[in-house]
Amino acid sequence: MTELTPLSATGAAVGEPSPSNAPSAFLEVRDLKVHFPTDDGLVKSVDGLSFQLEKGKTLSIVGESGSGKSVTSLAIMGLHRLGARGKNVQMSGEIWLDGKELVGADPDEVRKLRGREMAMIFQDPLSAMHPYYTIGNQIVEAYRVHHDVSKKVARARAIEMLDRVGIPEPGKRVDGYPHEFSGGMRQRAMIAMALVNNPELLIADEPTTALDVTVQAQILDLIRDLQKEFGSAVVLITHDLGVVAEIADEVLVMYGGRCVERGPVDEIFEQPQHPYTWGLLGSMPRIDRETSDRLIPVKGQPPSLINVPSGCAFHPRCPYADIPKGDVTRTVRPELQQVAGGHFSACHLSPEDRTRIWTEEIAPKL
Amino acid sequence: MISYILRRTFAAVILLLVVTAVTFAIFFLLPRLAGQTADQLAQQYIGKSPSAADIAAVKRNLGLDDPLYLQYWHFIKGIVTGATYDLGPTTTQCNAPCFGYSFKTHVEVWPQLTSRLPVTVSLAAGAAVMWLVSGVAIGVISALKPGSFFDRSFMGVALAGVSLPMFFTGNLALLLFTYQWPIFGRTYVPFAENPAQWANTLFPAWCSLALLYSAIYARLTRSGMLETMNEDFIRTARAKGLRERKVVVRHGLRAALTPIITVFGMDLGLLLGGALITETVFSLHGVGEYAVQGIKDNDLPPILGVTLLAALFVVIANLLVDLLYAAADPRVRL
Repeated sequence: MTELTPLSATGAAVGEPSPSNAPSAFLEVRDLKVHFPTDDGLVKSVDGLSFQLEKGKTLSIVGESGSGKSVTSLAIMGLHRLGARGKNVQMSGEIWLDGKELVGADPDEVRKLRGREMAMIFQDPLSAMHPYYTIGNQIVEAYRVHHDVSKKVARARAIEMLDRVGIPEPGKRVDGYPHEFSGGMRQRAMIAMALVNNPELLIADEPTTALDVTVQAQILDLIRDLQKEFGSAVVLITHDLGVVAEIADEVLVMYGGRCVERGPVDEIFEQPQHPYTWGLLGSMPRIDRETSDRLIPVKGQPPSLINVPSGCAFHPRCPYADIPKGDVTRTVRPELQQVAGGHFSACHLSPEDRTRIWTEEIAPKL
Repeated sequence: MISYILRRTFAAVILLLVVTAVTFAIFFLLPRLAGQTADQLAQQYIGKSPSAADIAAVKRNLGLDDPLYLQYWHFIKGIVTGATYDLGPTTTQCNAPCFGYSFKTHVEVWPQLTSRLPVTVSLAAGAAVMWLVSGVAIGVISALKPGSFFDRSFMGVALAGVSLPMFFTGNLALLLFTYQWPIFGRTYVPFAENPAQWANTLFPAWCSLALLYSAIYARLTRSGMLETMNEDFIRTARAKGLRERKVVVRHGLRAALTPIITVFGMDLGLLLGGALITETVFSLHGVGEYAVQGIKDNDLPPILGVTLLAALFVVIANLLVDLLYAAADPRVRL
């Protein structure tokens, strides 16, 4: 697999680095593959993914359920091997965090990085927090794993963090249990827990999906503010393009375990170059759209990750699969190609066709 | 919380009344419906060829001629206030709680229960510690490596443990370790007299009883841990950078243990009411063995006494379990 040219979050492509070289980017993922052997066959959840991210920037990974977004984030955190299917997971490729390679690293070294240099916010804060321990207790635990301080000091730190994420009366709420918090407050507490060690990389896995719409914007604002304050790199996993437009610098669109398009957020929204991205944009509700217009869903089912469709994985669902000549969409897997500065797409359609379809057929309907 | 305990206590008293009424009814009402007379019942307690005068005396002493509801009333009243028995020439005072006298041996029931209870408690407590520790430990290790050699072999042993009856494992243990190779003592010694001897005699009984229960607890723990270790909060704990051992114990086991404590409380309560078969097999003169004697002799007061005691323990265990659960799981409100 040599098709992927690493991309920095600033949009500048860099040359293919040799594998032994530590990259200059803060976070760099190279040709990451995460496969799970099952009784039904090999599930290729992530199959050759590369990207780069600098500190202070936000990369948004979008795609439908099962496209490999969460698997990617868990791979970076080194959490796959610890799970129930841990001993079976097959991982290859490279993940460089601040000059350290994580894929083949000593598990205990990776554990020491978890929570301190890289932290994660999960989708459903109710199930992601332990129901039997107080919020304060759980934040204190997260802090004391990496800081040799007394419980009292850690508790003061927990209250400070709860205050920072906008929880009222933090001195009182610190002794509350997760079920006593509202959804939004719980997610704030979760963020406080993730940020308690000032991590340089924050991975947020659909942080607003389980929340009320009115709370979603507050949480996104909070993440953005905290990112500015702490200067961390943020990987935001979502299937909500509204969230992406709100917060991301860079977008990576995943389909069937692979990247089909990536680029700066403005490019992705204004000049998307992949039919799947068009589909995602078409299925996003917009306030400025005529109410008589219907949303345009992406037809068909997400691909099987065991028997990934041949050629372009998206071809069974792609309305334009017949435009390129011959069998190419069914037989040849398209590689990522640069379409503009820092903007890549993996599609067999010629640039002219893409521009024509986007400007004439897709954009007017959005 | 206080009002909850009061409500539960009130309900418990009602329940205990129902338990005594049912036991009473089974003993008196059913034989009577089948045609047994008070004379025949009285005859059982005298022995061979009693005279009519003997039968009349027994009937009067035991109140067998009274209507059943009156007999029941006297029984309940005796428990609360004590009773005075008029035995013709003399009267006997039976202090509260008075469960009456054995029809057969004429020994007062309550002192029998209190003197036998330490034996039953010793048996139950020792076995409980053994099965809880071993069952939970085996369950956790099995759950961490499901399908491994350890898991498979211990789940196999667990299956055997549940399937083998006490009168098999108990007698086998006795045969091998008390008679063939006399490692363990034969006669029960109270803990206060000689703790080492106490443990030495009870050890085979503990092991046999623990084998039965730890099998169940290992399976319970295993399935609970398998479920818990897949929870989102376990992933969060790992994402914090916690060591795996802390993740397993502080986050996994802590959550998986709560339902096990519930079952444990119930099992212990039940056992304190007497382990009938175990006590019989190991010749321990505990509460359960007393009940077995009573049943053999068709002797109501001991049976009623043990039944009531057992029911009391179960009720108390139930209440404690609920309180413990509320303490363990902050989401539960009483």
